[in-house]
Amino acid sequence: MHTLEEIIARVAAALPGARLEIVPNNSPARQPSLLLEPGRAVEIATFLRDDPQLRFDYASNVTGVDWPEKTVREKVKVKKIVGGMEQEAEELVERKTPGFLEAVYHLYSMALGQGPLILRLRTADRSGQVALPSLTPVWRSCEFQEREIFDLFGVQFQGHPDLRRILMWDNFADHPMRKDYAPAGDQEAQP
Amino acid sequence: MKQELQNKLSRQGVLLTSVEELYNWGRKNSLWPLQFGLACCAIEMIAASMARFDMARFGAEVFRPSPRQADLLIVSGTVTKKMAPQVVRLYNQMPEPKYVIAMGACAICGGPFRDGYNVLRGIDLYLPVDIYIPGCPPRPEALLDGLIALQKKIAAQSLTGPGRPRHLRADAPGEYPVPQFGAHDLVGPRLPAAPETPDAHS
Repeated sequence: MHTLEEIIARVAAALPGARLEIVPNNSPARQPSLLLEPGRAVEIATFLRDDPQLRFDYASNVTGVDWPEKTVREKVKVKKIVGGMEQEAEELVERKTPGFLEAVYHLYSMALGQGPLILRLRTADRSGQVALPSLTPVWRSCEFQEREIFDLFGVQFQGHPDLRRILMWDNFADHPMRKDYAPAGDQEAQP
Repeated sequence: MKQELQNKLSRQGVLLTSVEELYNWGRKNSLWPLQFGLACCAIEMIAASMARFDMARFGAEVFRPSPRQADLLIVSGTVTKKMAPQVVRLYNQMPEPKYVIAMGACAICGGPFRDGYNVLRGIDLYLPVDIYIPGCPPRPEALLDGLIALQKKIAAQSLTGPGRPRHLRADAPGEYPVPQFGAHDLVGPRLPAAPETPDAHS
């Protein structure tokens, strides 16, 4: 099994200029993943599938994650002039990190008995720019699961052969797995 | 007729009855459920119909694969919002007299999935439910118990007068509005909440 660094090196050698980033995972699972730039994701995915050393020929699972906008509070050291003396003081700074939607692909190599390799694709934001390239042309098994992410998270997969809702009905307007989804009204509330 | 006199006569070999009693006796002992299941409760329903629990003892073993031949709808399991119109449509296609059993927590109120985006909070929002069987899922014995409760309910129905069952009243609805898929939820008229009735079964 190649490490993520080795995989990045192989991709960089074959596809110059492709940027891949390791997303560390500090949870007990310790399963880091690779963040792909959406622009070249299909190219990189095709390489991961076809490279004789890697041969990730099987996408076992595709899932979505909603990362809402959040405010991070940080303590920053600031130099202040207090009573003519320059002092170092700590100041609480609030910083907003933008929200985005994420598609996560779990890849295995049936041919080499290796895996999993986890890929992540991130949209620019959560409202307007929610397009990602579809990896269904690379791994056929992504089709229904990308449809599910489109249905429940609202990610627009470009290049998907049949992007329709799969669980909710066709004229349903919302994306229920988003964190800010609120079920319609209180119409069903019963005493 | 007095029950006492009836028993006395039957010991002498004389069987006396009324049309109402005979009619209800025939109906309650040949309830044909619709053969359809929605979730894990359906497995218990199947178990109840097989040899170990043997629903045939109560005349309800003839599961019909067509709503046109069925007169009991056992809503056995979670009714999703996407499935709800089809369940109501099946009910509408059944001929009168017809009855509904809500089997399990999901069919009664949505159960553990009540707050989900996809689950109907009880089939009684759209269908008139005769018997509620709580449980998650209810044991086959509980389903048999509910079936016997329904039989008692049928046996107690009077065929004339203002309290007569729905299928004998021309003005009563036999079909219920099918909910439609809306942009955010199911839309369409719902049944009013059932009035509190004393528990006839206990």
